[in-house]
Amino acid sequence: MYDFDYLRASSVTEAVAAVGGTDNGRFLAGGMTLVPALKQRLASPSLLVDLRDIEHLRGLTIDGTSLDVGAMTTHAAVEESVEVGRAVPVLAALAATIGDPQVRNRGTIGGSIANNDPAADYPAAALGLGATIITDRRGITSDTFFAGMFDTALQPNELIIAVNFPIPHRAGYAKFRQPASRYALVAVLVACTSAGVRVAVTGASPCVFRHIAMEEALEENFSPRALNNIDIDAAELISDMHGSSAYRAHLVRVLAQRAVAAAR
Amino acid sequence: MIAVEMTVNGQPAAANVEARTLLVDFLRDHLKLTGTHRGCDTSQCGACVVHLDGRSIKACTLLAVQASGSKVLTIEGVAPGTTLHPLQEALREHHGLQCGFCTPWVVMSALDLLQRRPDPTEQQIRDWLEGNLCRCTGYSGITRAIATAAATGTTRSDNS
Ligand SMILES: Cc1cc2nc3c(=O)[nH]c(=O)nc-3n(C[C@H](O)[C@H](O)[C@H](O)COP(=O)(O)OP(=O)(O)OC[C@H]3O[C@@H](n4cnc5c(N)ncnc54)[C@H](O)[C@@H]3O)c2cc1C
Ligand code: FES
Repeated sequence: MYDFDYLRASSVTEAVAAVGGTDNGRFLAGGMTLVPALKQRLASPSLLVDLRDIEHLRGLTIDGTSLDVGAMTTHAAVEESVEVGRAVPVLAALAATIGDPQVRNRGTIGGSIANNDPAADYPAAALGLGATIITDRRGITSDTFFAGMFDTALQPNELIIAVNFPIPHRAGYAKFRQPASRYALVAVLVACTSAGVRVAVTGASPCVFRHIAMEEALEENFSPRALNNIDIDAAELISDMHGSSAYRAHLVRVLAQRAVAAAR
Repeated sequence: MIAVEMTVNGQPAAANVEARTLLVDFLRDHLKLTGTHRGCDTSQCGACVVHLDGRSIKACTLLAVQASGSKVLTIEGVAPGTTLHPLQEALREHHGLQCGFCTPWVVMSALDLLQRRPDPTEQQIRDWLEGNLCRCTGYSGITRAIATAAATGTTRSDNS
């Protein structure tokens, strides 16, 4: 790991200005992705701006129609929240599948969404539930936020403040874990929202995506059977040592059906 | 160099370190608390688990400076003196260790579980052990030991 300067910001303004004042400064949240990247010299920022003391970035707020999750809220806090369990149970269940207990004690939703790992869980939640990503300067809909592999609509020093999830009528998540990394080999989130049925797939391709044909079929008939004859195009999917694209295509359908069956 | 100060096992600890110093190295090299191990160094094995402000974390994936201002509890602080903690006692009783390399994480991780779920089911214990590797004794003895410690109900650690 190359050395770097470290700043612990006490406000959003200070954090954004500090990263903006460098060529390659980075925000530091839980560090569960960034610290391993530093160790492998995949990243060598001149400055790390630690967000841990910015109170404004923490916490869960629920009103009648939506749930706001502060960027620095840990996976464990979402998993354990009684309010989240009641309002958006799928989110608490999804958080509980991430990594292991120690990763969940540190990793944050803001870090996960900003990183947009192709196999990460929260991008499926944000896209599937139709969330809005609130930053220091604007709100970005999830439909335009996830731009590509490890790529998002964020500008270099743009800070995620919170993720706003509209509360779905019901939703389910089914994940097939890659047992060594515990990331998703494939996972699917299915939601009945006031804007219609949404289906988000992670792990299967370089970036989380919506499956429109499955959405249309479930709009007609919200049952696992409705997906029996949907064509999943393997050509668009990842092939690697853990699974071929044909295997992933099969998983996409099976997991979507399980997610429908699990929806509540 | 950057100044870090934290409370480790109830004692103040301060030093000037490089910003890139990992917490596991700060504990082992600066404070000579070598009960916290460095196994994989890639956040996979759990050998480096300590408590940070009461929650278990992997000290190989945290910068020492990130822990500045916090309370850290390591295996050395669990049962100071010569009396074993009930969880350590249960591990001995149920053959929950053989080579002992992973034992510090077993204790630190399980204490976090028992603080949150004083009465876990066997499945909850097994799920919790994910991300924490033991390569010789296996998990059956470890699982039984944690269940036994839970049953005695005296598993809270003081410093966390
Ligand atoms: C062993 C292991 C297993 C894991 N398993 C899974 C898994 O099963 N599923 C899964 O989804 N993830 C998994 N993860 C990743 C984990 O969820 C990370 O917590 C997450 O990807 C990044 O969050 P973080 O808070 O640690 O971010 P950091 O590592 O601190 O930051 C990650 C990136 O996001 C940027 N960033 C952080 N916060 C913000 C913000 N508020 N605004 C803008 N940019 C920001 C940083 O600059 C950095 O580029 C695993 C990690 C490990 C080590
Ligand atoms: S040494 Fe930290 S998890 Fe293996």
